[in-house]
This record gives sequence, C-alpha cells and structure tokens, in this order.
Amino acid sequence: MAVLEQSTAVHRPKTRELLTQGDVRRKLTNRVMTGVVGLAFLIALIPLVSLSWTVVGKGIERLTPYFLSVSMRGVFGGMDAGGIYHAILGTLLITGVAAVISVPIGLMTAIYLVEYGRGPLARSVTFFVDVMTGIPSIVAGLFAYALFAVFFGPGVRFGVVGSVALSVLMIPIVVRSCEEMLRLVPNELREAAYALGVPKWLAILKVVVRTALAGIVTGIMLAVARVIGETAPLLVTVGVIDSINTNVFEGRMMTLPVYVYRQYYQGLVSCPEGATDCIPTINIDRAWAAALTLILIVMLLNLIARLITRYFAPRARH
Amino acid sequence: MAQRIDITDLNVYYGAFRAVADVTMAIEPRSVTAIIGPSGCGKSTFIRTLNRMHEVIPGARVEGKVAMDGVDLYGSDVDPVAVRRQVGMVFQRPNPFPTMSVAENVLAGIRLNNRRISKSDGADLVERSLRRANLWNEVKDRLDRPGSSLSGGQQQRLCIARAIAVKPQVLLMDEPASALDPISTLAIEDLIAELKDDYTIVIVTHNMQQAARVSDRTAFFNLTVAGEPGRLIEMDETRVIFSTPSEKATEDYISGRFG
Repeated sequence: MAVLEQSTAVHRPKTRELLTQGDVRRKLTNRVMTGVVGLAFLIALIPLVSLSWTVVGKGIERLTPYFLSVSMRGVFGGMDAGGIYHAILGTLLITGVAAVISVPIGLMTAIYLVEYGRGPLARSVTFFVDVMTGIPSIVAGLFAYALFAVFFGPGVRFGVVGSVALSVLMIPIVVRSCEEMLRLVPNELREAAYALGVPKWLAILKVVVRTALAGIVTGIMLAVARVIGETAPLLVTVGVIDSINTNVFEGRMMTLPVYVYRQYYQGLVSCPEGATDCIPTINIDRAWAAALTLILIVMLLNLIARLITRYFAPRARH
Repeated sequence: MAQRIDITDLNVYYGAFRAVADVTMAIEPRSVTAIIGPSGCGKSTFIRTLNRMHEVIPGARVEGKVAMDGVDLYGSDVDPVAVRRQVGMVFQRPNPFPTMSVAENVLAGIRLNNRRISKSDGADLVERSLRRANLWNEVKDRLDRPGSSLSGGQQQRLCIARAIAVKPQVLLMDEPASALDPISTLAIEDLIAELKDDYTIVIVTHNMQQAARVSDRTAFFNLTVAGEPGRLIEMDETRVIFSTPSEKATEDYISGRFG
C-alpha cells in the first residue's frame, strides 16, 4: 500500500507537467499569427470601406427617381437635368444578350470537359480557355468590332457587337466556374442514374447539372458581375448616345460604365456670371451617381443569385 | 420475371491491366448468388460487367460472353442502357439523389427517362416499391422529405426500392450492407431473402456469415499475387462451399487461414 502511494505521488506531478507545460514558443507564435491575420483582414477592408464610403457619399445626393427615369436627351451645359435611364437600359440589354450568348456556350463546354472530354482535344480546350481568361478587355472589344466590320463595313456600332465583346470575356469565366461545380458532383450519382437505365445525356442533364445548379447559377452571376462594369470594349463597339435606344441590333447605345467615363471626361462646366440654372460640377455629380447605380445593380444581381442558390441547393438533411 | 445468366470465358480489363481472368459460371434464376473473396480480387469489377456498368470507366473493356437467357449482353446490337433497365444495381454506399424527395427517388428510373406516369400510378408504384423494400411503414409520412434525410440503412433500402421500381429481371448488389449497422444489415438480408422469389440476385460481400445466411450458391474469387488478375476458384451450393469446399484456397479463406 505504501509502495503504491509512493508511486502515485511520484507519478502525479510528472503527468501534470507533461500535460500543462505545453510549448511556450508555439503559444507565442499562435498569438502573433492571430494578430497578423486579423490585421491583414482590416487592411483588406480599408479599400472596400473607403470605396463604398466615397461612392455613396458623392453619388447619393443626385441618385433620385428623376435621375433614374430620364435620359440625357437635350441636356447641355450645366443644366440641372438629365439622367441615366438610357444607360441602365443599355447595360442591362447588352449584358443580358452577352449572358444569353455565353451561358449556353460556357456551360456546354464545361459539360464536354467534365463528362466527355479526353485526350488532346480536351487538353487544348482547357488551354485555350485559360488563354482566353487573360485577354485584355480592350482586345476583346477590338476583336468584336473587327468581326462585325467584316460584315457591316467600318464604323459599325450597335448593341450586339458589344455583347459579343463581353461574351469573349465572359465565356472563359463561365466555363471555369461551371467546370468546377460539375466536378463536385459525386460520381456515385452518375452511376446511380446509369444503373437505373438512364441514358448518359439525361443523367447529365437531370442529375449532374441539376445537382450542381446552385453553384452554376452563382458562377454565372459572378461572370455577369465581372463584365457588367467593362468600359473600354463597349466604348469601341457600342459607342455613346444621349437618347434611349432599346434595339440592340441597330444604332449606338449608352451603358453605365461608358456614361460614367463620359461624364467624368466632360469635367467641370464654366457657368456664365449670375446664371441660376447652372451647376459647375453637374457632370462629375452624374458620374458618381451612375457609378453608385452600377454598384447597386451588381449587388442586386448577387442578391438574386443567392436567393436562386438557396432555392435550388440540394436539400440538406433536416 | 427472373432470368439466368451464363458467363463464359470472361476477361475484364482496365486499359492494359487484366483485373479478372477466365471466369465461367452460371447464375441461376430466382436464387441468391454470393460472391466472396479478398479485397482486390475483382468481385466488384466482375459484378459490374453483368449490367455493363464496367464500361463507364474510361479505358475499361470486357472480353468473353455474358448471356442473359441466351442473349449475349455484349452483342453488337445490344444497347447498354436497355441492359441496365433489366439488370438493376445497388451500390456499396447508399446514393439517393440529393435533389429529390423520398418519393421522387423511387420514381427516378421513370422520371429521369422522361417517361410520363400519372399521379395515381406514380403513387401506386412508390407505395408498392417501398413496401417491397420494407421501408413503407417507416417513411409513408415523409415521402416529400429529401431522400438524404433518412438514416443510412433506410437510404440503402430506398436505393433498393428505386432499383426494383424499374422492374428489372436481375438485381446486383455490391456489398449493400458493408456501410450499415447490424440492425440495418439484418433488414437488408431479410429483404434479400424475400426478393429472391421474384428476382435473380447477385450479391458481393466481404462478410462470410452474410454469404452463408442469404445465398443459395457461392462463388469464391481469389488472386495469387497483387497485380495478377483475380480468378474464380470455385463455385458451388453455399452449404458445400462452407462445409466441404473442394479447393484448399477456399477452405483457407473461409476458415480465416488466409495467405
């Protein structure tokens, strides 16, 4: 008995030591790194917060229902008038057509790469998609312009030309994100469908794409958000206009990013002495308000994507 | 409903690698055939050739003959999709479709094939299939819940219901109970015993007690060295295999003196 007590007495402090001593150095490193990570997060937030603050601060005043509902037709000088209705329409139409072109091509390419592609063809498709991701947007604009100039002659400018330019930028993003989402679908589900005597194309359509749909929608929305703010290719392909044009097949159109650029470019207005209906900074105010609108549209699209995602997501166990 | 399968000189390849060699056996209708053997001996590969699921793996191919009621499943005019409608399969891990409810999972074989089914016929088929899979009483109040909300054993029985809803002739089961607890395993085994009246069943299992309990005939696969193809060592009535096997390797494997 005495021996036993003695042995436990000897052992007890030792176990305590082993369990509590720990690695002092590790604890210190842990603290330091936690601090560094937190700091990095705060630094990353600075541009975001500052950007939002600036855009909201400078744009909110002019962002009125009137501003959203009129075009720039007949607006000149420092007039306290004019709006972005034509630019919103142009942006939505051109980006919409770009999505209509890009989504089927991108999604089908992704399906090919994940479900069918083997060997050199699939490898070269992957390679060229990667190359396309790096195309500067102005080059895409020049490409679309040159393509349509072949058919319609030089100086061609209408909405679809811009949509094609945006598609060149959008397709690789759609392919990449859809590909990743399709690869996440477990192979077991494909096999389960095949084992029920379901042909491959229906298994892909109704099981693979359906299971990945939430992710695919998110990917498409991110691609849209990425191209909706493009300026240079639209300046080259669609041009500028002050009035409303809803026909994407004919005539120039205004888009929000180009509107922002143009308003800012026009700069300050020199008002005549004693003029009452003249605001010197009107162009720059409009530019900020349009920029804010663009950000809000992108946020709205993201919000819609989230709702769609929630609706289509595979129902978890509950 | 059930049909016999005759396999002659079957060789199965993954690219250049021969995974299963020279299998000749007969699978009797309305009976349970168990396939046992050590890991890597090609049991699962073999069973997947019986409904042409093997060839969905890139580079995989088959030589030899698998005849269902005299028709070679690998004949040039045979459609693999049609084969899989006649030869259903249940996998090792339960794999209900996560985007579908319990009822939709049962009807998946019909809905995924774009075939229409009236609401009452559909409800009928759901109830019949789930009853057949001994799952109806447990899920009849939550047919609209996602299939993945069920327990593992229930999910596996849901997969069996889904497989028999397309009315196959043959049912292949690739270690259907290996991911389940003993009670769910028992439920699956009882179900197999009931289903064999209507279907030809082939079951791969690592569990020799299970093979002894559920099967009428047992085939023992073995491989000599890793990297060599697996071969059919012997096949006989289950009670013969487990009492007086004719091959030494079978006896060693069954009695646990393996290798």
